[in-house]
Formats: sequence, structure tokens, C-alpha cells
Amino acid sequence: MNPHMNYATSHSDANFYQSLTRKIILTIMIVSFSPMILVIVTLLYQFRDSYIEKTDDHLVEVVMKHKQNIDAFLKERLSNLRFLSANRSLEELINEPFLQEKLNLLKREYGLVFTDLGLINDEGIQMAYAGPFNLSQARYADADWFHEAIKSSYYISDVFLGLRGHPHFIIAVRHTYGGRYWILRATIDFTAFNSLVENLRVGRTGIAFLINKDGQLQTKPSFDVTPPKIEYLLKASNQDEKEIHMFRNAEEEGRRHIYVTAFLKNNDWLLVFQQDAADAFSDLDRTEKIAAVIFLLGACAILFMALILSRRIVRIIRSADKKNEMMQQQVVETGKLASLGELAAGIAHEINNPVAIMVEEAGWIGDLLEEEDLRETNNLAEFKKSLKQIHTQGKRCKDITHKLLSFARKTDSQTKDVQINDLIVEIVALSSQMAKYNSVDIRTHLQQDIPRMNISPSEMQQVLLNLINNALYVMEKKGGIIDITSKQSQDQVFIDIADNGPGIPESILPRIFDPFFTTKPVGKGTGLGLSICFGIVQKMGGDITVNSAVGIGTRFRIKLPIANMAQSERPATAPSVKTEEATLSLE
Amino acid sequence: MKLATVLLVDDEAPFVAAMQKRLTKRELEVETSLNGNDALALLDKNNTIEVIILDVKMPGMDGIETLMEIKRRHPLLEVIMLTGHATVESAIEGMKLGAFDYLMKPCDMDILLSKVTEAADKKRKHEIKIIEARMKEITQRMA
Repeated sequence: MNPHMNYATSHSDANFYQSLTRKIILTIMIVSFSPMILVIVTLLYQFRDSYIEKTDDHLVEVVMKHKQNIDAFLKERLSNLRFLSANRSLEELINEPFLQEKLNLLKREYGLVFTDLGLINDEGIQMAYAGPFNLSQARYADADWFHEAIKSSYYISDVFLGLRGHPHFIIAVRHTYGGRYWILRATIDFTAFNSLVENLRVGRTGIAFLINKDGQLQTKPSFDVTPPKIEYLLKASNQDEKEIHMFRNAEEEGRRHIYVTAFLKNNDWLLVFQQDAADAFSDLDRTEKIAAVIFLLGACAILFMALILSRRIVRIIRSADKKNEMMQQQVVETGKLASLGELAAGIAHEINNPVAIMVEEAGWIGDLLEEEDLRETNNLAEFKKSLKQIHTQGKRCKDITHKLLSFARKTDSQTKDVQINDLIVEIVALSSQMAKYNSVDIRTHLQQDIPRMNISPSEMQQVLLNLINNALYVMEKKGGIIDITSKQSQDQVFIDIADNGPGIPESILPRIFDPFFTTKPVGKGTGLGLSICFGIVQKMGGDITVNSAVGIGTRFRIKLPIANMAQSERPATAPSVKTEEATLSLE
Repeated sequence: MKLATVLLVDDEAPFVAAMQKRLTKRELEVETSLNGNDALALLDKNNTIEVIILDVKMPGMDGIETLMEIKRRHPLLEVIMLTGHATVESAIEGMKLGAFDYLMKPCDMDILLSKVTEAADKKRKHEIKIIEARMKEITQRMA
């Protein structure tokens, strides 16, 4: 075969298998990844949705409860004052020691919520005061809260600094004594209220604060609350009539926040709960991270498997292809031999008859030459020489056609149980005369316990004879040794026929089994011998190979599978069917 | 006196012609046919024929069929099969069916000649034995 073509074929083969590998990898990846991605994305999406919903609901509920708490707190404080003002006369309330006593009572009852108590007349003058500051006779006529308080029956102010310079807010109750308005006022301790509001803590960053309608902070959050944020919160909370609002703002200093707002104190104050989205959804975040890790690990595993699997599959396919190719080559070879055989048989038939006629006609001329009147011809000797040559060449034609026919025809291919060594011994005996003539020594090395084989003895002998004759032919001039070895190795029987002749040049070695290939001079060989041997051994399910080195010798090796072993030699298994055949073939 | 009377059956006319000339020259009486049917017809008419040289491969009725028919009608006649191709099987079959021998084409004239004489001898010996048997029968009956 052309080595370049060979190279090109193997090169394109490599490309084919590479692209096959890629395709398999791709298919495995698509098939494995699509469901995995689909499942993970769907589950994550669902989980995320429900988790956010749950978190939101939880926050809303917490804030709602807190709003109710604060409202309840304010209402209770107001009730405390209302109770005081309703049950006590002006004389009692204007009496500062009494007021002090009431303040103490309230402090005892509610802790440090109440800072002080004061009674103010309708002109804004504090007529009585109980508390830590010196505020007796303080004038509140100009204070905003006073104007508001005098207008309605009760009033809760925003947080302000007032006369004392401390943030606080006021709960005021208006009462009428002797036809004039009096205001009983309590100051709520800012720290206590602040801690009440800030009591609402969720997670790490969830914290609450209060702002009033005008956007002023009513508590003191631990972080900065910028005016634009307050504006945004107020606007967002005022957009509809809902009691509670929830929204998420866009990124702000690299963080997303969740806000839950609720109006309280008759819509005067806005309770704002703020939490970092990252904090609120930290569990979700963790779950997502775990899912991502699992996905990555899975992807790696799939990739790894795809690589390994595809390589393995392609390797299997490759070896199967190779086998297939070899088998196809064998089929082609066998077919070639068969069709060649048919052709040869046809040609042989057609040629044989005319050759026979030619030989007979030459014979007739020879007969005529014997007659007296022709005996005297000067050229009689030449005639006879010529006729002899015609006869010889006719014989040669016959030999060729007969060999062609034996190549094509079905010889006695009936199988028998035979001992391969017996066949060898017989053939060696047949060849011994010729070997002696060529001063060749035929030595046999036969393994004695080779099982009997079920093969055609005449075919096997044809093969052996052919190989021995070839060896004898090449050693014609110098003589030499032919070693015939038989041995069994596991499931094969080997027959080696080795000579120490001139060897076969490497250049023609691949062609020696080709039909009509011969190295013998014209007329000495048909070039069919080895191809007949090849065909026979192949038919037996065996193989014939050749090893040769110029100047050292040639070794032909016939390998026969032990499957040809005779029934009688096999371990007793199924009842034999072949025995019958063997008996028949003995006829 | 001729050595023997032979019938040469072959579909190749030139072969038959050359053979006839050569065999005649070697003191044989030679009749010829170009196919099996003609041969059978000739045998029915001519009872001097002793040996038949029969080609195996012929169109129409082939050598084996002709051989079977000859042996059926004229069991004493000896048949030498002549085969152009080296099919041992057909030769063996011929022998099984009672042919005297077989030869391969193209054949050596001397061998053919000796086979023909042998066959003719055999046939004559058979005939003599039959005649002897008849004679014995007749003498026994007369006694």
C-alpha cells in the first residue's frame, strides 16, 4: 500500500475520532446539564420567592405589632394623665407636693418613663411643677405645643428641646375647672421612649426609628439618617392609605435596604423599620451559595465523566472499526481469490481442449514422420526437435491449467479427525527423495501430545507439500536444513516450516501470498502455490504468516485454532455431531 | 488383425479426428462420435466395439451420464474416461460406475494405447469366461 495514502487515511481517521469524542462530550454535557440547570434554577427561584414572601410577611407582622405597642404605650400614658386630671380637683393639682407625690407614684408604677408633671393655666403659665427641673412659673404662652394642647382635649407633642434644652416630648390633657381651661402636662423621658422604639431588632441590622410628619427624627437611631432618605420614606409611605408599607430602595452606599413603615399616633409619626437586604436574606444567600457549590461540583463531576466516558467509548468504537476493517479486508481478499478461481477455472477449461488438440496434432505429425518417404528428409532431426518442443510446451500448458483448476476447484475438503504429526511425517517421507537429491536435510520436531484435529487431510498435506517444495526449490543449489516443528500453545496449534535458505527480500515479502506472484523463472512456477495455501489455511479458520531474513532463512508459520480439535479430543460436553461426519468422510 | 476396436467419444471434432488418425496408425479400429447420444446409437448398431474412450465434459449428455447408459445397455464394454480437467471427483465417480480407468487430457499416446489394450484384454477375457460358462451349461444339459 502507498505509505502516503496510509498516512492520509490515519490522519483523517484521527480527526474523525477527535470530532466523535467532542460530539460525545457535548452530548453528555447537554443531556446532563440541561435537567440539572433546569431543576436548580426552578427550585432556587421557587425557594427564593417563597423565602422573600415569608421574610416580608414576618417583617410586616413584627412592625405591625411594634406599632401597636408604641400606640398602646402612648395611649396608656395619656390615660394615666386623664385619670389624674379627671379624679383630682384643681386645688389638689395646683399643690406641688401633691403633684410630686403623684409623679413619684407614676414613676414607681411605670419606671422612668415620666420625667415630670406640670399644671398650666390657660395663659400658659405653669402654676405647679413636680420634677427635676426648676420650671415653676415657666411661661409656655409662646410654645407651639401649648397652642395645640389648648385647642383639643389631649395632645401628644413631637420631640423637642424646649426650655430645658433636652430632647423630650409632652403628653398634655386639657381640663376645665371653674369655667377655665387648665392643662395637665407630663414629660416623657426620651431615653425610655427611644429604647422602647429601638426595642424592635431583627437580625443583625434590623432597627426601627420614628420620624414625624415634617421629617424630623423622633428617636435617635445609631446611624445617620439623611434628609433625602427621610423625604423618600415619607413620600413612599404617603402614596396610599394603607396602614403599613413595605418597600426596597435602590442601592445606597453599596447596600440594599428593606423598609417597613407604619403611621402611628393618629398619623403624626412614622415608625420606620430598616434592615439590610443582605442581612434579611442571609439564609437565602447561604442556600444560593451552597446550591452554586453543589452545581459547580456536579458540573466538574459531569465534565470529568464526559471526558473519561467519551474517551472510553471512542476507544471501543475505534477498536471495533479496526476489527471491522480487517474483516472487510479479509472478505475482499477471500472474494478476490474466489472470483479469481472461477475465472481461472473458466480459462483453464477453454485452453485445455485446444492444447490437447495441438498436442495430438503434433503427435500425428510425429507419427507421419515415421513413414518411409519422409525419413529421408534432411530436416528430420529439426522436425523431431520442433515436435518435441510442441509436446513439452503442451505439457507445460497442461500443468498450468491443472494447477489453476486445483486452485479453483473444491478439493477433497471433507474433514477427518487427524493427527497433524502423522500428516507431517507422511509428507516428509514423500519429499525425502527430492530432499536427498537437493542435499537438504529435513528435520522434524514434533510435540507428541497434540490433540487430533478435525481438518481435511488432503488440503493440509497440499499446504505442507507446497511449503516444503518451495523450501527445497530455494535451497536447490547449496542444500540446507528444513526444520518442521509442531507444537500446541493454549488454544492454537503451530506448525513451523523453517529453512536456512537465502530468505525473501523485504520488498516482495508482502506480495508472496498474492495469486500469480512468483520469483521462479518463466515456466517454473504458476505463482499460485502460496495463495492456495493461504486460502486453505484461512478456510480452516487459521492463519499463515511468514518471517524472513535475507541470508538467514525463512519461516512459515501455520496457526490453527484449537476449535478444529477433533470431537474425541474435547472434554466431554455436548453430544458430538461431528463423529457422524467423520465416519462418512472415511468412505 | 487389429489390436482392438475402439469408440472415441468427444465433442471436440479436431481432437477426435487427430486421435482417430493416430490410433488407427497404431493398429486400432477406431469409430467416433461427437456426443453421447450418437455414441449410444452407434453401439446399438455396431457390436464389434470393445473399448470406449469417453470425454467427461461434453455438452448435452455428459460423460458420466453416457457411461451409466453404456454400462446399463452393454455391461461388458470397457470405458476409459478422458478428462480435460483435474477433477478427481468425477474420475472417482466414473470408476465407481464401472469405468476401466481414467486419463487426463492431453494424454500420453503410449499410456493411452496400453490402457486400451488392457481394457480390450479384460473385455475379451470376460467374454471368454461367459462363453465357457455357457459351454459348461450346454454340456451339462446334454449330459
